[in-house]
Amino acid sequence: MRSPSPLRAAFRQALGEAWAGGAGVLLPIGFFAGAAMLVPFTVGSEASQLSSIGTGILWVALALASLVSMERVFQADLEDGVLELWAQEETPLFLVAAAKIIAHWLVSGLPLVLLTPPIGIALQVDPGALVPAMLAYGLGGLAFFLWGGVAGALAASVARGGLLISLLALPLFVPTAIFGALATIEGPGGPSLLFLSATTLFALSIAPFAASAALRLAVD
Amino acid sequence: MIRAFANPHRFMALSRWLAPACLAVGALLMVWSAWQGLWVVPQDDYQGGDIMRAMFIHVPSAWLAMASYMGLAATSLIWFVWRHELADMAAKSIAPLGAAYTALCLATGSIWGKPTWGTWWLWDDARMMSVLVMFFLFLGYMALRAAMETRQKAARAGAILAMVGAVNVPLIKFSVDIWSSIHQDASVLRLDGPAMPPVYLTPLLIGGLAHMIFFAGLTMMLMRAEVWGRRGDVLIARKLSGS
Amino acid sequence: MAENAAMMHEFLIKAAGLGAIRGERVLFSDLSLEVKAGEALVLRGANGAGKSTLLRMLGGLSRPDAGAVERPVRHHWIGHRNGLKPHETPRAHLTHWGRVWGSNANAREIAGQMGIERPFDVAGRLLSAGQKRRTAIARLLLADRPLWLLDEPFSALDTQGKALVTALIDKHRASGGAVIAALHGEAPFEATGEVQL
Repeated sequence: MRSPSPLRAAFRQALGEAWAGGAGVLLPIGFFAGAAMLVPFTVGSEASQLSSIGTGILWVALALASLVSMERVFQADLEDGVLELWAQEETPLFLVAAAKIIAHWLVSGLPLVLLTPPIGIALQVDPGALVPAMLAYGLGGLAFFLWGGVAGALAASVARGGLLISLLALPLFVPTAIFGALATIEGPGGPSLLFLSATTLFALSIAPFAASAALRLAVD
Repeated sequence: MIRAFANPHRFMALSRWLAPACLAVGALLMVWSAWQGLWVVPQDDYQGGDIMRAMFIHVPSAWLAMASYMGLAATSLIWFVWRHELADMAAKSIAPLGAAYTALCLATGSIWGKPTWGTWWLWDDARMMSVLVMFFLFLGYMALRAAMETRQKAARAGAILAMVGAVNVPLIKFSVDIWSSIHQDASVLRLDGPAMPPVYLTPLLIGGLAHMIFFAGLTMMLMRAEVWGRRGDVLIARKLSGS
Repeated sequence: MAENAAMMHEFLIKAAGLGAIRGERVLFSDLSLEVKAGEALVLRGANGAGKSTLLRMLGGLSRPDAGAVERPVRHHWIGHRNGLKPHETPRAHLTHWGRVWGSNANAREIAGQMGIERPFDVAGRLLSAGQKRRTAIARLLLADRPLWLLDEPFSALDTQGKALVTALIDKHRASGGAVIAALHGEAPFEATGEVQL
């Protein structure tokens, strides 16, 4: 008898699902770049103006891209009947939820971090600050995916729940957005990066349980 | 005490006199503190003249916004653990009232801000920003409950969201305070800063108490409506199934 | 094996005083049942009467509004929906759940048994309803679990498919397993009990 490996299997399946033949990476990248590029059209392309809000634009775009990525994840599992299978497994559902969220972040969230230097430069952000800022975007993106996952799980049974999910998640995004933006400005030496890490750890410790409770509700 | 309230019949009997009493006492105290705030307390030109009297509603409503979200979280937790239906009804009733008070706080903040600092919206005010986030938390709670298919699911979903929101509120407040302290212009004065004159303090505190009592009365009224509504639903359901 | 589990337990599942409320409607109340090794319980009722709700309570998906379920053994669940993702092939599906359950079974062999060896590598969204159903039912062969909870297992299956599943059920019961199935039409197997909702 092979030993059961439910979490590894859940993680692998989620990776495959998130990848979706490449769309899971390319579409978030497209959205992220598109959202960021919209701003100069609305604000004006004057260099000094853009550089002061450039890092902020990247954070907003990251938050929105995370929401868009996590919106349908749990709803799809609910509709396909996969969620009810997991809910009856012995493996704790919060671990399964965490595995899925992290898998989606690895595929759809992390690549956005790699995109922040080129887009940042286009938005007139100081290049020296961009590469050290990638760590902040990485940590922040994980928090966004975690809270987005909770919101997606709560609204899993709601058809066309995208707006509801955004409404639920955005207040939860505020601390990460604040500390993330400050960390990008301060650089790795500053206190905000520590606050950001703490905020993400907090999300990591709460979100899986909340998502699991919401998923059990959805499947009931 | 919780057990005393857990019984709906006892609640209905209790609230029949308690709710109007709270509304009456709250209204009286509100009138007193409003009279104090609007006419009796001396004008302070430095704080912006007469318009600053708006703070007598603005500050208590901010307290109430925070307190009512904590109330939402507490009743949600009680329901989640003990499944007292009244706790869920309380949570459902608190949400729209809390949202109204956050809106009131934001509106009075704007009304105060425009003549005083020349802007309709004071981004620097950490309290206003926290209350704004709280407004979205209330809205999200109400929207989520409304989107659920059955009453039981709405209660469960709301409870999860309220508890998640509650553990996040301290973090949100902390992050907003840090954010505003970095962006704040040093010349901006806030009224409940360290130098609040005591002559303002009493009407403010009484006003806060007044609004809280009034809020409790309103919540009980909404809960009574909820109880009646559910009784009606049961009757309809019985009629439909022919019993 | 199922026999060992069945020998260890007096019953494979027992429910006492189950009740279900949806909104203000009472679906059923004070419902009790017990299923022992080798038995087959059939749940009958019109659409929306509560068959699926009862089955979900028995499986642990729904918390009962009243009463309790005792389920000392592991169970297989074949629900209304197949649990097959649109991009998932039968091979991927069986391999995945095989990994989750630590199964030694050969996915291709099982597919052969279930008559889906031809669409073995075809994505879920391109399969017919019957092929999807067979893929879901194939999960039963991945791991040995004494209790099977089946929600309309014969839906979308042709005569051959129905015969296949009936044979599986009979074999399972013969080796000490038990089945609870929510059904619409006649049960092709011999039921030992029936619950009418």
